[in-house]
Amino acid sequence: MSYTPETLQLLAPDGTRVHGEATEQYLPYVEALTDEQLREFHRTMTVIRRFDVEAGNLQRQGQLALWVPSIGQEAAQVGSGFAARPQDHIFPAYREHAVGHIRGLDVVQIIKMLRGLTHGGWVPEDTGNFHLYTLVVGAQTLHATGYAMGVKFDGLVGTGDLERDIAVMVYFGDGATSQGDVNEALVFAQSYQTPQVFFLQNNHWAISVPVRVQSRTPLFHRPRGFGIPSVQIDGNDVLMSYAATAASLDAARSGGGPQFIEALTYRIGAHTTSDDPSKYRDEEEFQYWLARDPISRFEVYLRSLGEGDAFFAQVADEAEQFAADARARTLALEPPPPESMFAHVYSQQHPVIDAQRQQLLDFEASFEGGA
Amino acid sequence: MMSDVSTETKTEILPMAKALTLGLAAALQNDDKVILMGEDIGPLGGVFRVTEGLQKQFGTHRVIDTPLAESGIIGTAIGLAMRGYRPVVEIQFDGFIFPGFDQITTQLAKLTARHEGSLQLPIVIRVPYGGHIGAVEHHQESPEAYFAHTPGLRLVSPATPNDAYWMIQQAISSTDPVMFFEPKSRYWPKGEVSFDAPAAELHASRIVRAGTDVTVVGHGAMVSMLLDAAELAAQEGTSVEVVDLRSLSPIDYEPLLESVRRTGRLVVAQEAPGSVSIGSEIAATVAEKAFYSLEAPVLRVSGYDAPFPPAKLEGIYLPDVDRILHAVDRALAY
Repeated sequence: MSYTPETLQLLAPDGTRVHGEATEQYLPYVEALTDEQLREFHRTMTVIRRFDVEAGNLQRQGQLALWVPSIGQEAAQVGSGFAARPQDHIFPAYREHAVGHIRGLDVVQIIKMLRGLTHGGWVPEDTGNFHLYTLVVGAQTLHATGYAMGVKFDGLVGTGDLERDIAVMVYFGDGATSQGDVNEALVFAQSYQTPQVFFLQNNHWAISVPVRVQSRTPLFHRPRGFGIPSVQIDGNDVLMSYAATAASLDAARSGGGPQFIEALTYRIGAHTTSDDPSKYRDEEEFQYWLARDPISRFEVYLRSLGEGDAFFAQVADEAEQFAADARARTLALEPPPPESMFAHVYSQQHPVIDAQRQQLLDFEASFEGGA
Repeated sequence: MMSDVSTETKTEILPMAKALTLGLAAALQNDDKVILMGEDIGPLGGVFRVTEGLQKQFGTHRVIDTPLAESGIIGTAIGLAMRGYRPVVEIQFDGFIFPGFDQITTQLAKLTARHEGSLQLPIVIRVPYGGHIGAVEHHQESPEAYFAHTPGLRLVSPATPNDAYWMIQQAISSTDPVMFFEPKSRYWPKGEVSFDAPAAELHASRIVRAGTDVTVVGHGAMVSMLLDAAELAAQEGTSVEVVDLRSLSPIDYEPLLESVRRTGRLVVAQEAPGSVSIGSEIAATVAEKAFYSLEAPVLRVSGYDAPFPPAKLEGIYLPDVDRILHAVDRALAY
């Protein structure tokens, strides 16, 4: 489909290791992974997929207004998410549930948004520097670039201390590459040589529009026109996603300027629960990508390393518990008080806000039995 | 050259553009997180020379020439503010703010609320605005109502060099985003700047000429026009009180309402088109809050609801003293 001769891969769809010159530079990152880290990759992909299914079910049962599935994109997200260092900053789009989970975000915070209780509301300092979701497609790429400019102004780039120097990673999709903001972010990143990784998840569909309508040229060729080095990876290969991202983040934090990764993956589910891909996608393409599933591929690989049934059964149990816990806590969520809509429009006192808050409270109190 | 303000010299006669330069310099001096960003603001000093000399004085890391992309400038300023900086962004001309409109309205204005208060965005967006400079299309407009309609933003506009010097520093100190509309036809006329203390709070409106028959209110460049009109009216025996709005969001209504309760008549003047504008909002609010004091309907004098015309027609399109006095006469006729 959109694999090219340049697509980097460490694990073939059948779960066997691929060796080649092009990926040699990434091997130190892979070889440094412990068995426990490899198990954690699998555990996280499996848990998040099970959670994703549960959230979709909650939407179908009327408990959420909307759900945004990430099924099929687990390897791209889990590999890149684990590649970031603690001091790094992550600017997601709105489908990076696995990355948030890895950075310490309680996934029920995402549920809250889609149940209509918040517009985000988490504190990035408390969630491993995982910033809020952004629904205006591509707008977050500029925030990431500005943040990375600030990191550079602060002198936290290229000091040689990989545990201290900061890199910024921004996620976006194939549809976003058509947005002006993404292109402006590439311009600013290159002008100011920001410590930044652009992580493109090409899941092949922007709602109903295939990637070929966004671009007639492979998307990873575009940043090269801006002077930004780029790679295309098999985004359903968690080892490749991890290694390419770790290498790119370290290059960025070391003063190498912005880097760009196109991760080829596939949106197995719908764009959101309001979407109906059966109207625009053909079965053959769907089956092609099902055969390249990131989780089953990695399971085969782990089994080849000696991992047995007990581990996979245990992970399946954990995933069930995780989903059940998310469901229970979702059902217990209460709506915010009406006057909360005024709480943080401004950080300082504001006469219009004060007056309208009072109007609302007085109006509510005017009813019999009102507050 | 920068003016040298010694401790003995407490006032100076300056044009607004230079008063802004000094205000920006003071902000850069007082807080090393303050940075200026924009197109051509470095060696050139901006197309209006407001940042002249500042890059030389504070360095290229504090006064930053950006690529020519307004959304990029605003969007990266948001990221810098997230990192703890206080960006002061220059938009080159009023009509060129719209490529940044999305970042301002969907991101900047909402991010504090989306973060439930854990994030503040102390960003100032300087917008040279308004007509009377004989310029080409997109260079003479008054887009403030678009932004006044957006919760989460604060909007101010100085009318004098003294206010410009102080209000830019107050805006930079704000922990909320402030859109700072600079009336470019007033960049060059000189006025007294007092370096002792600000004359008023950032969001305060002010009576700048006392009168008894009719209240007129406006902001930015319109204030000097209103003062000229009041002077002419006085020669004909009509006493006009002039209110300088200063803040467009929020609007400080108390001085205005207090004035209208005395005069019973209000004329609102602005360069922007009249429909769904700052003037419309003032007319509605005054009608609601001072209904029993009004002897006449609130009248609006504004730019017409047509695209800003070619410069040779701007004198007809924009409110002038004659149109203001005509409205004053109509208000008095009730």
